[in-house]
Amino acid sequence: MSVRLGLMALLAEGPMYGAGLRTAFEERTGGTWPLNVGQVYTTLGRLERDGLVEQAGPPDPEGRISYRLTDAGRAAVEEWWRSPVDRVSTPRDELVIKLALAVTVSGVDVQSVAQTQRTATLRHLRDLTRLKQRALDAIGAGIGDRGADDGGIGGDGTADHADPDRDLAWLLVLENHIFSAEAEVRWLDHVETRLAQAGRRPHAASTRHHAASTRHTDPVQPPERASVETTGGHP
Amino acid sequence: MTVPVLVLEDVSRTHGTGDNAVHALRGVSLEVMEGELVAVMGPSGSGKSTLLNVAGGLDRPTSGRATVDGVDLGSLGAKELARVRRRRIGFVFQDYNLIPSLTAAENVGLPLELDGMRPRTARRNARHALDVLGLADLADRYPDAMSGGQQQRVAIARALVGTRRLVMADEPTGALDTTTGEEVLRVLRKRCDDGASGLLVTHEARHAAWADRVVFLRDGVVVDTTGSPREPEDLLDEAPAR
Repeated sequence: MSVRLGLMALLAEGPMYGAGLRTAFEERTGGTWPLNVGQVYTTLGRLERDGLVEQAGPPDPEGRISYRLTDAGRAAVEEWWRSPVDRVSTPRDELVIKLALAVTVSGVDVQSVAQTQRTATLRHLRDLTRLKQRALDAIGAGIGDRGADDGGIGGDGTADHADPDRDLAWLLVLENHIFSAEAEVRWLDHVETRLAQAGRRPHAASTRHHAASTRHTDPVQPPERASVETTGGHP
Repeated sequence: MTVPVLVLEDVSRTHGTGDNAVHALRGVSLEVMEGELVAVMGPSGSGKSTLLNVAGGLDRPTSGRATVDGVDLGSLGAKELARVRRRRIGFVFQDYNLIPSLTAAENVGLPLELDGMRPRTARRNARHALDVLGLADLADRYPDAMSGGQQQRVAIARALVGTRRLVMADEPTGALDTTTGEEVLRVLRKRCDDGASGLLVTHEARHAAWADRVVFLRDGVVVDTTGSPREPEDLLDEAPAR
C-alpha cells in the first residue's frame, strides 16, 4: 500500500516519468524501501487502471510516458496524509516512508501527520495493555490475590487455566507488541522535537527539490527492518 | 449508566498579566466518568500539571468551571474547598509524599483522622484499604523501610481511602524503574476498575496506556484524544492479526 501511496504523493507535486519517480522515492525515503523500475511501472499501471493516475500526454521522443494524478488520486493522497497508518495490517516501514515524504513533499502538515499517528498508536498501545492486564491476571500475577511481593510473575498459575505456559507465551507476545508501539511513540515525540529544532512550522512549504539532493551521497543507514513477524496467535 | 465525577468546562488558567501573561490552559473541557482512568500527555510546558491542580482544587481557573461530584469548586471558600479535597480527592505525586514518622497504616488513615474519624476506626479503614491492594504486609512499616514502588502504592491507597473516589496522579511513576512503575499503574487501574476515577499525568506512553483514554495537551489546548476503548473481547480477535 505504501508504494502506491508513496508514488502518488510524489505525483501530487507534478507529473513525472516512471524512472524519475523511482529515483525520487528512494532518495526521499533514505533507501528504506528500494524499488526497481519494473515495480514502479507495474504500480503505475494498476493506479491508472484504478483511475488514480493518468498519462500526462503522449510519449516523448524516447518513448517515455509522464504520469500525473487524477482528482481521485489527489483525494486518495490527501486522505493518506490525514489518516494514521494501520499498525495491525501493514508493514511498519510505511510509517517511516510516510514521515520522510511528509517532510520533503511541500504543503504537508508534518506535525499533524505525527500527532494523528501518535494518537492511533497510543490507542493500539492502550488496547494491547488491556489484553496484557488480562494475561497477567490469568497467570496469577494479580494484585491483592497473592502476597505483596514486588513485581515478579507468579509461576504457580491458577486453577482454571489448563496451560500456564501458553498464557505466559501470550503475555510475552503482547509485551513485544507493547515495546514496539512504545518505541514508535517515542520516535514520534523525537520527530516532533526535531521538527521544532529545524524550525518547521505547520504547512511550511518546502522549496527543496529532489534532483540535486546531496543526502544520498552519505550512506543513510536504513532503519532496522521489521524482523519480528507479527504472526503469533493467542491461545 | 455512568456519571461524570470530574467535569472541566472551558477552563483557562493564566499566570501573570499583560506582556508577562502565561496562558497555561486555554479553554480545556474534559470529563472523567465513574470508574474511568484518563491520562494526560504532552510536552513540558503544555499545561499538564496546571490541569491536574485545577481539577483537584489546588489551583483555581482564571475562567471556566471545575466540578467534582457535582460541586463547583469555584463556588467554594478556602475552608469548604479544603474539606472537599479531604473527602473526595486524593493526590499522588512523583516523590510519594508519605509522612516519614508515620507507618503505612497511619499514613493511609491520616485523611480520615483529619476529617474527624476516631484514630482506631481510621486505622482499621486504612488496613482494609491496604489489604484490598495486596499491601497488608506493609501496614506497620515506616516509609524508610519500604521501596519506592511500595511507598507509591501506599500513597495510592491513601489517595483513595474512605469516601475519596477521585485521584489526581502527577507523574506517579517518574522516580521508579519501568517494572515497578507498571506495578503502580496496575494498582491505579485496579482501583478504577473497582469504581474510583483518576486523572493521570505522565510522559510515558506505556504508562498512559493503562488508562481508558489518553488526552493530548499542547500549549494549554487539548489537541487530540484516543477515545474510549472497545471491549477486550473484540480486541482478542484482532490484536495479533497480520
